[in-house]
Amino acid sequence: MKTKEDNLPAVQSVVKDESFVQIKVLFFAKARDITGLTELSMEVSSGSTTQDCLNKLVAKFPNLDEIRQCIVLVLNEEYTTESAVVKDKDELAIIPPISGG
Amino acid sequence: MNSEEKTLVEIIDGNNQIDLAKYINYVSAPQAGAIATFSGTTRDTFEGKTVVELRYEAYVSMAIKNLKSICSAARSSWDLHSIAVAHRLGIVPVGETSVFVVVSATHRADALDACKFLIDELKASVPIWKKEVYSDGEVWKENLEFLERRLELGKDVGCCRRKIETAAHDKKSCCKPKVKVEEAID
Repeated sequence: MKTKEDNLPAVQSVVKDESFVQIKVLFFAKARDITGLTELSMEVSSGSTTQDCLNKLVAKFPNLDEIRQCIVLVLNEEYTTESAVVKDKDELAIIPPISGG
Repeated sequence: MNSEEKTLVEIIDGNNQIDLAKYINYVSAPQAGAIATFSGTTRDTFEGKTVVELRYEAYVSMAIKNLKSICSAARSSWDLHSIAVAHRLGIVPVGETSVFVVVSATHRADALDACKFLIDELKASVPIWKKEVYSDGEVWKENLEFLERRLELGKDVGCCRRKIETAAHDKKSCCKPKVKVEEAID
């Protein structure tokens, strides 16, 4: 049943599972060559760090381990560390060594 | 009449060459006595191997954001009028320009120093990649500037703090190896 009061959003009939968050992962350059994907959607437990996400990705794509030591992580278009905590709908990008210019 | 200070950042897809004159015109102004430019072009050889072409890709939304931030940092360090940075994506054949940086300022020292800073910062931190294609293989290139900077990137170090270190860079740095080649994966 949906109700609406003032400007409050309508109450959803489905209760959201707060113990997991959904993030989008982007792969570029060599990371894309390794996984064969430009992006994927991933569910991780609430409170997971970017390192946890990376571990999960390496488990799924073991060849990512080859570049793990030289990649940098980007969260929502900002460089980040492996200890950053991901939130629902975050965008995590796997950035192999860049070579612009 | 004074022209307004302007900043233009463009990431260009497709097979068209960068219109250098467009960006020079963009930064030109009556009060800017100096225009400094840097154009990066595809070289025909790397370590004795013949290069067929370079192929560029980018995390476009972040690259634009980063470039704008680098332009702001340049403005806080030098007295500049206008800035334009354009980077091409896709295939860039030998001899063609992949990146163009142009800066105008009242005086040449500001324009030249800021121009160097902009390209150095682009190479250290903007998420753009190039694959070097030879007749017998291809490799993803890695900028030395990025490898030197990568451990700091995620931490709260603003790129403008690097101005002093960048300005003090060895002037002969262009002759040092700039990229590390990784073996292509079969």
